[in-house]
Amino acid sequence: MKKEITFILNQEEVKAEVQPEWTLLYFLREVLGLTGTKEGCGYGECGACTVIVDGKAINSCLYPILEVEGKSVTTIEGIISRDGELHDLQKSFIEHGAVQCGFCTPGMIMSAKALIDEKEKPTVDEIRHTIAGNLCRCTGYVKIIDAIKSVVDRR
Amino acid sequence: MDNFPVVGQRIPKRDAPQKVTGSAIYIQDLKIPGMLYGKILYSKYPHARILAIDTSRAEQLPGVKAVITGYNIPPFKFGFFKDNPPLKSGKVLSMRDEVAAVAATSPEIAEEALEMIQVEYEELPGIFDPIQAMQEGAPILHEGLKSNVLKLPWRLICGDVDTAKKESHCIVEDTFSTQWVTHCCLGTSGCVASFDINNNLTMYSNTQIPYLAQRDYIDALNVFGIKNRKVRVIQCIIGGGFGSKLDTYAYEYIAILLALKTRKPVKVLFTREEEFIATSPRQSTITKISHGCTKEGKLLFREMEMILDNGAYTSWGATTPSVMMMPISSLYKVPNVKYIAKCVYTNNTYSQAMRGYGNPQATFAIESSLDQLAEKMGMDSYELRLINANEPGEITPQNFKVTSCGMKECIEEVAKRIDWKGKRGKDKGRGVGMASLIHVGGGARVYKSDGCGTIIKIDDYGKVDVFTGASEIGQGSETVIAQIVAEVLGVNVEDVNVINNDTDVCPWDVGVHASRTTFVAGNSALGAAKKIKEQILEIASKSIGEAPEHLDIQKGLIFSTKDKEKNTPLGKVLRNAHYSTGGKMLMAEYFYDPANENFDKDFKGNLSVSYAYGTHGVEVEVDRDTGRVTILKYIAAHDVGRAINPMMLEGQIYGGGLMGIGYALSENMNFREGRLMNPNFLDYKMLTAKDVPPVEPVIVETNDKDGPFGAKGIGEPGLVPTAPAIANAIYDAVGIRIKDLPITPEKILKALKEKEKRGQSGEEGK
Repeated sequence: MKKEITFILNQEEVKAEVQPEWTLLYFLREVLGLTGTKEGCGYGECGACTVIVDGKAINSCLYPILEVEGKSVTTIEGIISRDGELHDLQKSFIEHGAVQCGFCTPGMIMSAKALIDEKEKPTVDEIRHTIAGNLCRCTGYVKIIDAIKSVVDRR
Repeated sequence: MDNFPVVGQRIPKRDAPQKVTGSAIYIQDLKIPGMLYGKILYSKYPHARILAIDTSRAEQLPGVKAVITGYNIPPFKFGFFKDNPPLKSGKVLSMRDEVAAVAATSPEIAEEALEMIQVEYEELPGIFDPIQAMQEGAPILHEGLKSNVLKLPWRLICGDVDTAKKESHCIVEDTFSTQWVTHCCLGTSGCVASFDINNNLTMYSNTQIPYLAQRDYIDALNVFGIKNRKVRVIQCIIGGGFGSKLDTYAYEYIAILLALKTRKPVKVLFTREEEFIATSPRQSTITKISHGCTKEGKLLFREMEMILDNGAYTSWGATTPSVMMMPISSLYKVPNVKYIAKCVYTNNTYSQAMRGYGNPQATFAIESSLDQLAEKMGMDSYELRLINANEPGEITPQNFKVTSCGMKECIEEVAKRIDWKGKRGKDKGRGVGMASLIHVGGGARVYKSDGCGTIIKIDDYGKVDVFTGASEIGQGSETVIAQIVAEVLGVNVEDVNVINNDTDVCPWDVGVHASRTTFVAGNSALGAAKKIKEQILEIASKSIGEAPEHLDIQKGLIFSTKDKEKNTPLGKVLRNAHYSTGGKMLMAEYFYDPANENFDKDFKGNLSVSYAYGTHGVEVEVDRDTGRVTILKYIAAHDVGRAINPMMLEGQIYGGGLMGIGYALSENMNFREGRLMNPNFLDYKMLTAKDVPPVEPVIVETNDKDGPFGAKGIGEPGLVPTAPAIANAIYDAVGIRIKDLPITPEKILKALKEKEKRGQSGEEGK
């Protein structure tokens, strides 16, 4: 049985008919074609599917679509400014060599964004803690942590 | 060394903008109109006879377009020994054996259909331990064979080990073992197979070997009755490689078979659980090792016998002993060497290439044993390493010709930065350890060719397109190649576009493996860039009125080196060349195949044009109550020839290092009677951002004479010496030697207890 939901996605209102068993990730990728959010495991262990719901970073692969009713969702596609300027985190990831294969990158950036939106000056330990649920096999995390820290330091 | 405007600079990765914005298209993201989804049914038992398969219910499920089994496909086998059919009939030999496959209009329907397939098995006794598999009376896996030991001639003899043993002042002997580990690429494996109306195949793939995969697919199509057709391989952005995509797999042939049967594009995409179970990891090994040296500490011999769990089928894992021979014969100067390895079939998964290609397993045994030798000699293991360190100009027992070699510098840098003299053997509960590595740094002639092609063309506006055979799996080859071309052509690196993902467009390459891409594809790009630069200057010489040898290019401007006022923009010269009567198109191609050698029948020969060296040093703290190891400091010194891009080079060292620390301390594919008990990230325990120790990369530049701008390979070395460096540090900290990876708290606690029982310190060098 389809249900209608309304929520804010990347600052625009979305009204859609959804199947109750869909996850937010499924809806984003398969229905809306927003493939920037990745699926690395499908059971909430790798963080590649991280998006922000009402300010909190969540694993969209576990998040039932009906739960987004009335909420505000931000994905990697939604953090670029309207005139195409990259978010500070995106710039910093590029400049610091924090990207290799890139599959974890969107989720990593969204986790970091939720942290720095909530906290002006998170510590390195808080950064590590925040992205501990975002697995990366390429980089050894060092440059990712540096990239996030650099955005914080410039504040 | 010279400084350059582009080479040696920290240029951001060229494809990073699309990756940080989510616009990069991975195989996960690819959809083709009309595409179907393939799913695979795996065996229920590690060893069984298939008595019957009933697919009739699955076939009737709405949305199902095809169901195939090993009983209704042409007889085809793939892999290094051609011992692996894409779908099994008769017997299954492992839990990952593919039994049936479905193509349906959605992945959910395909999954549902799998559940409707009835397979009747007769379970057979399995064999999961390679030592048991070698014993008489053990069940033989492959029908027609007399033994589970693979017929592979892994035997290296250099000098005379028996005489060297007699002459040795001091000898140590011990046994070390390593575990199964897997790549854990964040993007799971997948492909889309699509035939056109004339039966030409386009394969969208994650492969690391597009041109060898092309041949594999053509071989398969020939058996499937599609002869003399074209195969095109297109790579999406690849979500991690690490060796996992160095072979072709059953799922790719299954996609092809389903696409043929349905006449629709078919996508097969692994779930995470499948990625753990059905990709081919680094195998477990058991190694008996013995070292002997003179009174002064000069190594006289190294003898190793190794048993490798090959698993059920044969892929490149079975050939890793050929690369293990490299550290065995040539890590430190050791004149007499004997190495014998046996790969053994078991009902586990099956082994393949993984970053390091056997080197981590061999180096764990070698570098642990060397510390034992030093202790028995009463020597500082740092001194022992320096005495025996490799040097430029050396020819090793396996006939490797060492050109550039910064091993001593690496050892010394590590000792200095870790405060070796100050900390070694001093502090109970804390300790330092080190270990070194050798790896191929100038390609590796494992196939008949070690070549890579490059084509360069330049458009009317001075923008450069570089078509390379080299695949990009995240390591940054596209950026390094762009830097090399920009440096030679005197253009901005932003104006160089690298195209690297389509066999219809790009020239040939043997694959991304053996840490070869910077060296081989870099030299290929260098050659092509020099050629096209000659053409440009030749044409420009007419319009500028200066001989070509007195012309150069900087920032896209061609100028006379005698009079800089005489100049013209690159784009203008090209437009003139295109638009003039009898015009000329600017394009150059170059094929670089390094002057390295295949091994001869005795496994000797100069495998690589140059060799990469490195040393890792680690300071650990061991908690005696919990067995927990904390890495306080980690120094990774690498002789890289030259850092073409120090930022990305550090990325290889950090990434390799952390993968190596996981190998040393936590990662383990836990097989119980052939069943993988931890096929998920929670239980597999790859390291997270919270586990990152303070790592300090040290880049040692030796300017290799054959490398592009002096560079050597760095893709694999970062994880090679990690485990023995940590094991040696743990021994220094608490006097216990863990000889079986991973070094878990349980093993440490057990060893500490045993040591307490013995009531004495150390048991090294028995």
